[in-house]
Amino acid sequence: MSKNKSEYLINRHDNQYEVVIGLEVHAQVTSESKLFSTSSTKFGAEPNTQVSLVDAAFPGMLPVINEYCVKQAIKTGIGLKAKINKRSVFDRKNYFYADLPQGYQISQFKDPIVGEGKVILDMPDGQKEVGIERLHLEQDAGKSIHDLDPKNTFVDLNRSGVALMEIVSKPDLRSPDEVNAYIKKLRSIMRYLGTCDGNMQEGSLRADVNVSVRKKGSKEFGTRCEIKNVNSIKFMQMAIEYEANRQVDLIEDGQTIDQETRLFDTKKNETRSMRSKEDAHDYRYFPDPDLLPLEVSDDFIENLKSEIPELPDEKKKRFIEKFKLSPYEANILVSDIETSNYFENVIKKSDVKLASNWIIGELFAALNEKNLEITESPISAGNLSKLINLIKDGTISGKIAKTVFEQMMEGDKDPQKIVEEKGLKQESDPKALEALIDKVIDDNRDKATEYKSGKVKLFGFFVGQVMKVSGGKANPQLVNEILKKKL
Amino acid sequence: MSDITKQSLSELVENIKGKKLSSSEVTKAFVERSEKSKELNAYITEDYANALNKAKTFDEKPNLDLKLPGIPMAVKDLFCTKDLRTTAGSKILNNFVPTYESTVTQNIWNEGAILMGKLNCDEFAMGSSNETSFFGNVQNPIDKNLVPGGSSGGSSSAVAAQLTPITIGTDTGGSIRQPASFTGTVGLKPTYGSCSRYGIVAFASSLDQAGPMAQNVKDCALLQEVISTYDEKDSTSINFKRNEYSKELTKDIKGKKIGIPKEYRVDGMPKEIEDLWKKGIEYAKDCGAEIIDISLPHTNYALPTYYIVAPAEASSNLARYDGVKYGFRAEGENLIDMYEKTRSEGFGAEVQRRIMIGTYVLSSGYYDAYYLKAQKVRKLIKNDFDDAYKKVDAILTPSTPSSAFKIGEKTNDPVSMYLNDIFTVPVNLAGLPGISIPAGHDAKGYPLGLQIIGKAFDEQNILNIAYAMEDKINFKNNITDWWIK
Repeated sequence: MSKNKSEYLINRHDNQYEVVIGLEVHAQVTSESKLFSTSSTKFGAEPNTQVSLVDAAFPGMLPVINEYCVKQAIKTGIGLKAKINKRSVFDRKNYFYADLPQGYQISQFKDPIVGEGKVILDMPDGQKEVGIERLHLEQDAGKSIHDLDPKNTFVDLNRSGVALMEIVSKPDLRSPDEVNAYIKKLRSIMRYLGTCDGNMQEGSLRADVNVSVRKKGSKEFGTRCEIKNVNSIKFMQMAIEYEANRQVDLIEDGQTIDQETRLFDTKKNETRSMRSKEDAHDYRYFPDPDLLPLEVSDDFIENLKSEIPELPDEKKKRFIEKFKLSPYEANILVSDIETSNYFENVIKKSDVKLASNWIIGELFAALNEKNLEITESPISAGNLSKLINLIKDGTISGKIAKTVFEQMMEGDKDPQKIVEEKGLKQESDPKALEALIDKVIDDNRDKATEYKSGKVKLFGFFVGQVMKVSGGKANPQLVNEILKKKL
Repeated sequence: MSDITKQSLSELVENIKGKKLSSSEVTKAFVERSEKSKELNAYITEDYANALNKAKTFDEKPNLDLKLPGIPMAVKDLFCTKDLRTTAGSKILNNFVPTYESTVTQNIWNEGAILMGKLNCDEFAMGSSNETSFFGNVQNPIDKNLVPGGSSGGSSSAVAAQLTPITIGTDTGGSIRQPASFTGTVGLKPTYGSCSRYGIVAFASSLDQAGPMAQNVKDCALLQEVISTYDEKDSTSINFKRNEYSKELTKDIKGKKIGIPKEYRVDGMPKEIEDLWKKGIEYAKDCGAEIIDISLPHTNYALPTYYIVAPAEASSNLARYDGVKYGFRAEGENLIDMYEKTRSEGFGAEVQRRIMIGTYVLSSGYYDAYYLKAQKVRKLIKNDFDDAYKKVDAILTPSTPSSAFKIGEKTNDPVSMYLNDIFTVPVNLAGLPGISIPAGHDAKGYPLGLQIIGKAFDEQNILNIAYAMEDKINFKNNITDWWIK
């Protein structure tokens, strides 16, 4: 992708700077138990209630790999169109911290389970491919809680040993918007696969953000800074914006950028130096002698491939080709597995185009207003399907349908019943309509005369009057036909 | 019945099964002898009252179908034992009481044995003389002020002095075979992956193996068949067909090809050791074995390789002893200060030395030159054995380059101490089984051992060779009970 109107550049004096971003996303593997122990991974439990002897690193305790987590990582790799490494190695990353009971984190350093892959982003001016460098499995650490006591730090080991996938992108991202799209796409793919719930509030998805800047047109990368552990897309965007501008200011000021690790202060909206390259930990990685190299067979991988569901890119293609949806509509409908599931349930028994319009229009607006997820929608896919069919077969008009829809939002009521109970059924009996129309013409003699004398614009007035008198139930098409004859 | 403690494990099992002895009688005898033998300092933690109670319970409803019916046993204090303090010979675990049992010890209790206590060892099994233990030196029952070897020094001392009929040790670079050799007892280091490491305080994960230490080969075979099980809780445990080693034990080794590696004739090897080796070759021939000269060309590199790999793994394995979760904690100004004080005060000098060596060889900039190169050499050493085993069934070497030395003799010379492992470390690096059997005495009357190294998973073969040679050697330990007043 070359020039486009949404190019993100930072202007200073006469210089234009491009921002180069790479992400290391930490995605919690959806799994009942931890990567090397049988403890539960359930979120929100009382501190230190989901900790095994292995998680707390008692003497003589040994890690045993959770096969399910391996499968999840490979599935994610398949979803990222990546190379699956049949042989991978778990290494120890050694450092001391109170919430790291072993004194090392078991991770994969030289030989990750997944190699190069890619993610396709749908940007306003076209598609963009972002390269994936690698995906590896590792343990999460526990949590240090510093603010419960003035003197002591508390440690909660519930997260200790939970399986994470670290997904490292190539430095292919160029703007906060692309980062937004990338995280959302990654999240979407993993949610389709069921390998990570992507819940950022619960810390299931976090990222280290690598940012550098360079003069537009330059081929060389600038010196990068790594912003650690950012846990929302909004904060990532804010951090990138701040950091890129900070770096540009330094360059413009004739200074150099130090390669360092920085923290994003969400309250002050700024990044701060955490440690310089010189102070960087020497993690003394070496292969974990408690674990043999992880080897998977071709059959094992092929079996997993057969379990991969249709992913957003493929689904989008199908929606466009089969249902003639616009790329815009298709994008929205596939962006989230829950939405696409809902949509596909609705269209099982109803018109695709109407379903797409109603979901993207009315339903999304209503859910938004109530701050609900699609999974919490008061209107079930089945009932929305029924509503669409009532519109399609002419039982109710689009306008009435909106009234019915509003009532359905109050609770998952059957639209058929609402229509019957409230007598909202569309009036399509020509005789009844003729009577109505006669009365309207009678009541507006002067206007009818004007119409006949050539003031055709008044036709709309008559339609409106008929609809009003019918309480909106008159079949608009029939009203048109009859009015034309009568006038 | 008199002299209960002089009986071998096999005799005791037979007598209990034949109802000639009760578990209580046997346990009482070993407890009494242990209590009279405090000067040896073989125990770190005694559990005599519980042992006697368990023996009583056993006798009330004896299950005589078990392999170790009501047999009392003390074990090396590196094995985690549920509800009984487990220290690994270190101050840092001085107060540590596990809530769990190691797989190896659980296997032993499942066969009816009864825990008497925990035996002294070098701190975190780092040492060749038991002098690095926080709980003090152990005396070799052979002679006063003589080291019992290490790191399983409490174990070798206790078996030789008959404080326990049999025991288990762990062997990372020779910690079963060297102390067995120093005390005139039998010690087997099984194939890596044969005995589960679950619940054993880790020293160097890729080298550590538990194994039996006994008064004779038959007892050793019996305990090996009890402790060797496949264990899903240890990812390096190997699922192979395990023999009933004691039942399949035979002295018929006619036609077995035994290799003599020329590289084990190290510079400065005492003549006594050379002579012992020659005698061993003759014994093997007498048993009908065929002697073949072989070469293990990378033997020279084994010791330096070992002293890179083992400390590297140890430096990481011991990171968990940080004062945060369990064990000893020194107060500090902040987290880092607490770590530094805890680990400086909690670990002894040898452990600190090895943590520093290990940290150094794993450091960025040094990793390739040390750790990575050591891993490559390790592979070459294994290849040497693989090549040799195309020609021979087993390999015969001395167990150690000398007999037991005096307490304090080598404490200020770590390299000389490390050289003690010269014949044993290649076996750990290659993951092979090795057994040390007593084969003679030096001029001072101290025992000397011979080592028989086998193919991986071929414990039965080396046990058979040891069994046959034991018969020819007819070794007798001269233990005078000098420590009993």
